[in-house]
Amino acid sequence: MKPKWEHFEHQADIGIRGTGRTMAEAFEQAAVAMTAVIALPDRIFPRVAIRVHCEAPDRELLLADWLNAILREMSTLRMLFSRFEVTVSGNILEAVLHGETLDPERHEPAVEVKGATYFKLSVGQDEEGNWTAQCVVDV
Amino acid sequence: MDKTKLIQKSEWAWEIPRSGRMEVPGLLYASESLIEEVDDKVRDQLSNVASLPGIVEAAFAMPDAHWGYGFPIGGVAAFDPNQGGVISAGGVGFDISCGVRTLLTPLRRNEVERIRDNLADALFYHIPAGMGSTSRLSLDSREMTAMLKGGARWAVSKGYGVDGDLECIENSGLCGDAEPDEVSEQARRRQTEEMGTLGSGNHYLELQAVAEIFDPVIAAAYGLVRDGVVVSIHCGSRGLGHQVATEFSRRMILEAPQYGIHVTDRELASVPAQSPPGKAYYGAMRAAANCALANRQILSHFVREVFKSVIGDDELPVLYDVSHNMCSLEDHEVGGVKKRLYVHRKGATRALGPGHPDLPARYRPVGQPVLVGGTMGTASYILAGTEESGRRAFNSACHGAGRSQSRSQALKQFRGEDVVETLRRRNITVKTRSFRGVAEEAPAAYKDVSEVVRATAGAGLARLVARLEPMICVKG
Repeated sequence: MKPKWEHFEHQADIGIRGTGRTMAEAFEQAAVAMTAVIALPDRIFPRVAIRVHCEAPDRELLLADWLNAILREMSTLRMLFSRFEVTVSGNILEAVLHGETLDPERHEPAVEVKGATYFKLSVGQDEEGNWTAQCVVDV
Repeated sequence: MDKTKLIQKSEWAWEIPRSGRMEVPGLLYASESLIEEVDDKVRDQLSNVASLPGIVEAAFAMPDAHWGYGFPIGGVAAFDPNQGGVISAGGVGFDISCGVRTLLTPLRRNEVERIRDNLADALFYHIPAGMGSTSRLSLDSREMTAMLKGGARWAVSKGYGVDGDLECIENSGLCGDAEPDEVSEQARRRQTEEMGTLGSGNHYLELQAVAEIFDPVIAAAYGLVRDGVVVSIHCGSRGLGHQVATEFSRRMILEAPQYGIHVTDRELASVPAQSPPGKAYYGAMRAAANCALANRQILSHFVREVFKSVIGDDELPVLYDVSHNMCSLEDHEVGGVKKRLYVHRKGATRALGPGHPDLPARYRPVGQPVLVGGTMGTASYILAGTEESGRRAFNSACHGAGRSQSRSQALKQFRGEDVVETLRRRNITVKTRSFRGVAEEAPAAYKDVSEVVRATAGAGLARLVARLEPMICVKG
């Protein structure tokens, strides 16, 4: 299957979901889904690479930590990211974020994501072995 | 909401009876039409809150309640630390001390018409708003700590505003019990370039005209006159607050089981308020609240600078400043006994009645101003706390309209450019850097705020004082 991302309904905030052949791919797509809440990923050029490391006691907390780590880098570096390379080994995630400095005129950010919540947080596989990673983000 | 599962206690109060693991009932304050609109998930979320240890009286929902995560938005819950009562990061939210400040101005509605475009442009260019906007201040480590301890008082000491502003801010401009040491380096780093910025999403700075006065006596005490113009600022604790909330939500999930607290929804994760993580969160949260107070104080200073340059007058006194995402340790009478409770308000506003000692002298005869934000296209309201408020939901009232449509639904239905043009034809100037953001915040995506405040007044939570209409909106 082709990895993909989507948004799902929440009344006050937004649900994000990534799907892939592996858990790492699903995490990458979830990150793109979160970026798409803010700005169109196609407008964000992958000029600069930033490394991220996360550890969590279970894969769902790992997803939340991953997304919150991206938000932290976005906020402190004033960047947006559109491409993500994730490797997961046990409860450890290593990743590279590719993006560029936020340009309000070109990126036209719609809204800031304040954080990844634990609401509708899930990471799992379907019967065909494809992975889905999702949660609601607070905007 | 399925009304058959509720017990109607009065025209404005609907009970979720105790069942299962609920320690107390749930109680929704709303009109019948609002109850019909509210999603059943709010009932589920309130029932979950009612199951938390040490909860007192009921899990309350204000008339603008809608489903959030963990606690519903518009939720109020108080916990007794002497009964193992908990504190929950999810009961406050990510945007700690998001709130509203309203400033009085010397202008009347017709005077704004003459300078509308000039004033709108000046506010748009002078107020850092929208994602990616940066501060004109940079705080070193020492000043950051001072800000986290001192809130709006710190900002005034740095030349942003005057001492007279402080008495008209909740807690006199400074949240006590703040512990800057509990705020991480990560959180501080996120705030380095965000002091004095508006943020984005549903944050805004709005010039509003007083369109209707419901209570002339209270309006006069608040300095409100028909066709008088005010400025309202809606924003919170920015990146620092978000990071504090993120870190402590995680910590509570990991540590809650040690205290025997297991929840079905991780967003309800909580710890005993008197436990080490509970005290750490309270201290960090109060520090983040000081960041929000300082932020709104600095933004007020920027607004005064704009008025000085456009009309030559920067006398814009603070009417009041309220938070609507907060947890405070407060004294309340429960069953005739005085108790100190951790009162969580998530999308709900404190509403102190007349005579309350925490009010500034000028408002003590009439009650606390309660500032209720509407949408870009509809009214906002000013209400006043009542004596009854204390007997209803620990002196709490609504905070805004509440969404009726999700962001995705709004994006499908509205184009930001069309929303701006429609409002322009109604004589409302919207300045924004993001039309997509405007679409998500389209007025039609929100509930009818007039019905929300009508129900708030009907339920005795607060009293109607004035209705404000938007003239200029700088969207975050």
